[in-house]
Amino acid sequence: MHNNIKMKAENVDFFYGPRQALKDINLDICEKRVTAIIGPSGCGKSTFIRLLNRMNELIPNTSLKGRILLDGEDIFGQQVDAVGIRRRVGMVFQKPNPFPKSIFENVSYGLHVNGVKDKKLIEKKVVSSLEKAALWDDIKDRLHESALKLSGGQQQRLCIARCLAVEPEVLLFDEPCASLDPISTGKIEELIMELKKYYTIVIVTHNMQQAARISDHTAFFLLGELIEMGKTQDIFTAPKDKRTEDYITGRFG
Amino acid sequence: MARIKEKAYEWVFTALAFSSLIFLVGIVIVLFKEGFPIFKAVKAGDFLFGRFWYPTYEPPEFGIFPLILASFWVTLGALLVCVPLGVGSALYLNEMASFRQRSVLKPMVEILASIPSVVYGFFGMMIVAPVLQDLLHIPTGLCAFSASLVLGIMATPTVCSIAEDALSYVPKSFREASFAVGANRWQTLTKVVIPAAGSGISTAIILGMSRAVGETMTVLMVAGGSAVIPKSIFDPVRPMTSAIAAEMGEAPMGSMHYHSLFAIALILFLITFAFNIAAEIISRRFRIKLGHSG
Repeated sequence: MHNNIKMKAENVDFFYGPRQALKDINLDICEKRVTAIIGPSGCGKSTFIRLLNRMNELIPNTSLKGRILLDGEDIFGQQVDAVGIRRRVGMVFQKPNPFPKSIFENVSYGLHVNGVKDKKLIEKKVVSSLEKAALWDDIKDRLHESALKLSGGQQQRLCIARCLAVEPEVLLFDEPCASLDPISTGKIEELIMELKKYYTIVIVTHNMQQAARISDHTAFFLLGELIEMGKTQDIFTAPKDKRTEDYITGRFG
Repeated sequence: MARIKEKAYEWVFTALAFSSLIFLVGIVIVLFKEGFPIFKAVKAGDFLFGRFWYPTYEPPEFGIFPLILASFWVTLGALLVCVPLGVGSALYLNEMASFRQRSVLKPMVEILASIPSVVYGFFGMMIVAPVLQDLLHIPTGLCAFSASLVLGIMATPTVCSIAEDALSYVPKSFREASFAVGANRWQTLTKVVIPAAGSGISTAIILGMSRAVGETMTVLMVAGGSAVIPKSIFDPVRPMTSAIAAEMGEAPMGSMHYHSLFAIALILFLITFAFNIAAEIISRRFRIKLGHSG
């Protein structure tokens, strides 16, 4: 199988004020693969994934060294607009965060803010995004009801649909199942497996079974450092580093 | 002994907690009791919509329409000042200001709220009115317009701090979700944050309105005091509050004039009461909408 590199981190250091949260991270993310980032709480995995669509910029008093490339271009380059990057690199968060609007408005929001005016096109994209997010059959009769009436798992799939509507190239999932029950989690996992046919996916999780089930590549972070990265199968069956082995066998974390 | 002491504490605090209820009921009873006799002499419709307020003439006329209109115009004018100023500063404080700017500006806004109304009135009388008189070439600076201006500035801190609270209740996750699909800051603000905080902002505006309607000292000093139906915003006016304050001393106890002032007070109370109820209902809906309980 041939792996094109979609995103790349080069010598990334990241600081919250004086505190260093990431140390010299070098990592490749392959196109149309699922890359899982695992590690104990506070290891920097969420911090790292938020760099990939420049969400870190919403937090004041942080600084970044090194480069993050998307199709070979530095996303923090001077000419590059964060808004454009976030359109190409979508993100789904830990807690489902639908807007207090209707289901339809939630999905069409991204299209509106990106200047799409054509009502027919919007409708078409809303429907296809909901279909891709495996939510359409659940809600096709109540598109105009409040999104807050949906269950947690449905809300999370709605948030995925909201991302898909703007046709990103990369999808970032920041512990997307942390607040969901096992059945909803199963559905989200199935969905991610399906979505990787079309999108490059990065998922942060501290559920190791989840990483093992759905990812092609796994990166293990510890205390702000990338300890080991490789094919998921290799990481889980034959880790090279002692610390990785300790973590995946449950000796800490 | 200890148990008796504990019981005593409980009783004291229960009494304190219920005292405000007793005051409220007492005030309402007095307002109705003292206000109602006027409606034996004047029909309610004539009282509310009568065009002439000549309570000391012979025969007297008790039409409070000029006073109601005065309150209405002054409050509306104040809203035109305090809504943009208050909501605008709330948006700035919550969305744009750096931590340091915020830590300076926010206490400033709160200090503005703590200035006594007589100081605002004095300021309006000595500075705003003469300046406006010269600037706009109007017969007197003590008029509805200057009262609106001063009242508006007075109500700004109320609007600002409640609107700011509403904005800060909007979860960070809404903003993140908006940015994550490629919205810019302005779109996030206008399409997500403000609609989500909308009912909280409405509450702020209603409470600002309630503050402006009920304010007495400032309008007494700045609005000019003439109890006729205003023809323009530059006419002197006498809002309901200043009518009560100015005439209470000269109305003989038990006279129709006396009762009519109580009736005005009753109407004023009902108006602010309605505003506060509306604000409460809207803010409760707002909290439910954002998923905060209670």
